[in-house]
Amino acid sequence: MLKKLNQIPLYVLAIALLLFTGVPFFIMVSASFKSQIEFMGSPWALPENFSFENYRLLFESDFFHFFLNSVIVSVISVVAVIVLAAMASYPLARMKFKLNRPLFLLFLVGMMIPIHTTLIPIFLLTKNLGLYDTIWALPGPYIAFAIPVSIVIFTQFLQELPKELEESAKMDGCGHFRLFWRILFPLLTPAVATVAIYNFIQIWNEFVFALVLTNSESNATLPLGLREFYGQFSVNVPGIMAALTLGSLPLLLVYLLAQEKIVKGIAAGSVKG
Amino acid sequence: MQEHARQMTTERPLENEAQQKTSEISDKKVKQLRSKKKRNEMFVIIGFMAPALLIYGLYVVYSIGMTFYYSLFEWSGIDNNMVFTGLQNYITLISDSVFWTSMQNNFLLVAASLLTQLPLGLIMALLLFSPVKGMRFFRSIYFMPFLMSTVAIGILFIYIYDGNFGLINQVLGQLGLESWQHGWLGEEGTAIWAVIATVCWQFAPFYMILFRAAIVGIPEDLYEAADIDGANSWKKFQNITLPLLMPTIVTSAILSIIGSLKYFDLIYVMTDGGPNNSTELMATYMYEQTFTNFNMGYGSSISFSMFIIAFIVTAIIIFFEQRRKGAN
Repeated sequence: MLKKLNQIPLYVLAIALLLFTGVPFFIMVSASFKSQIEFMGSPWALPENFSFENYRLLFESDFFHFFLNSVIVSVISVVAVIVLAAMASYPLARMKFKLNRPLFLLFLVGMMIPIHTTLIPIFLLTKNLGLYDTIWALPGPYIAFAIPVSIVIFTQFLQELPKELEESAKMDGCGHFRLFWRILFPLLTPAVATVAIYNFIQIWNEFVFALVLTNSESNATLPLGLREFYGQFSVNVPGIMAALTLGSLPLLLVYLLAQEKIVKGIAAGSVKG
Repeated sequence: MQEHARQMTTERPLENEAQQKTSEISDKKVKQLRSKKKRNEMFVIIGFMAPALLIYGLYVVYSIGMTFYYSLFEWSGIDNNMVFTGLQNYITLISDSVFWTSMQNNFLLVAASLLTQLPLGLIMALLLFSPVKGMRFFRSIYFMPFLMSTVAIGILFIYIYDGNFGLINQVLGQLGLESWQHGWLGEEGTAIWAVIATVCWQFAPFYMILFRAAIVGIPEDLYEAADIDGANSWKKFQNITLPLLMPTIVTSAILSIIGSLKYFDLIYVMTDGGPNNSTELMATYMYEQTFTNFNMGYGSSISFSMFIIAFIVTAIIIFFEQRRKGAN
């Protein structure tokens, strides 16, 4: 009995936090199903009759163009980070050489650096490379800033693999390249998932580089596109709410499908650094 | 064949010499092989690390150096007309009141983040281990703010804070607290707090995840032993959970401080530093100077200062953490 009673404050706290975190999200989704007239009348009440009109209008807009840009940039960046960081981690984790420790530290420091410190040179560099205002301007900095965390995660996993793997492979005359890609890399799958998810969340929502390195609407990623919508249709609040909802949907879906992996990824990406 | 014949005819000392010679040869061979192996290994190291080093070096290491270099010039960034002015930009910066406001706001954000995000995150994480039913559902909702795009959050909260039809003012109106209503983002006094509250809302779930991962790692038998000793929940939290969470708390504090010092997105979307620079952060001020006013040299000196400040603050935390560890 006492135990049951003790739980009441816990429930109160849990529900209070639920409202705190959930209500803004809830009203965003609910407003997206309203007509503009209904929103004017009672902006924050539940919609009386659900209308998909706002979503239908999004299909006619540039929304999916922004969406596609985000998909292309994120996928390219994440795949490249996995390949580059995993390769760089192999000597760092499993070979002894003079610069091993300093090089690892050099990468580690990257996690502390405010990206804004690099913004101006990267802007000029991108211009000089002729990539300014194309979506190809973005993977470079995204990959570079994702490398430190990814290397930390990969080296940790690699160090845990048994030494015998290499020895027996070398006995059979297997070179480093094949050893890494054929034997070690497949064993890294959990680390790859962690790195992929952690970086995907960051890159999908990235804003500053996209803001500075692109200019035209046709090269905007989703975060920029949402801001574009806000600028153009700020009177049509339900329409914007529909865009915000749809823009947040991919990560929420990924989260619902791979909750544990995401949680692990974030914890590994930060705690161990 | 010849060598064999010589060996047959010569006396013992010479035989020894010959043996020495062969062992020298094999030594040399081993050395040669070793150095070949070493060289081979060096190629492997370079080959595996070069791509990552190249892109990291170009976009991060080189860029930081260049930021410092640009900060020594008066330069619009558009033309080639760079005038070397030494540390003049930094001298201007010191007497620039907007920069001080922005730095003050950054440290306000640091304090608010430490005092709200970390405790909130910890409470949420502890709740996830409580006997409350349906915690899976609770956890999913708790986590959502972190997954939403910052731009989406910014726009959403612009409407929530709106002076006319905003949710907050509506609720205050319903409660009969009309005098508390504000145009939250439009007034200098309230804008910074409204923005900081939004940042805290967004990031508390992130710390929930970090703490949850750390709590999972605490061995169950510690709690069982405490149960046998008759410890209550508070005692268990105080004597087991909290001390074992300390490394995670320090990491979280570092992440929170660094994150707050370089914060940009939400402020840019919600207020763009306004009204009247009251919500300006170092990063938004740097953006404004560089890409709106085209003072690329001055903007560089702001961003390099951000780097120095973040560096110093991190160094201080790590120093005290090392001392704390040493004291234990």
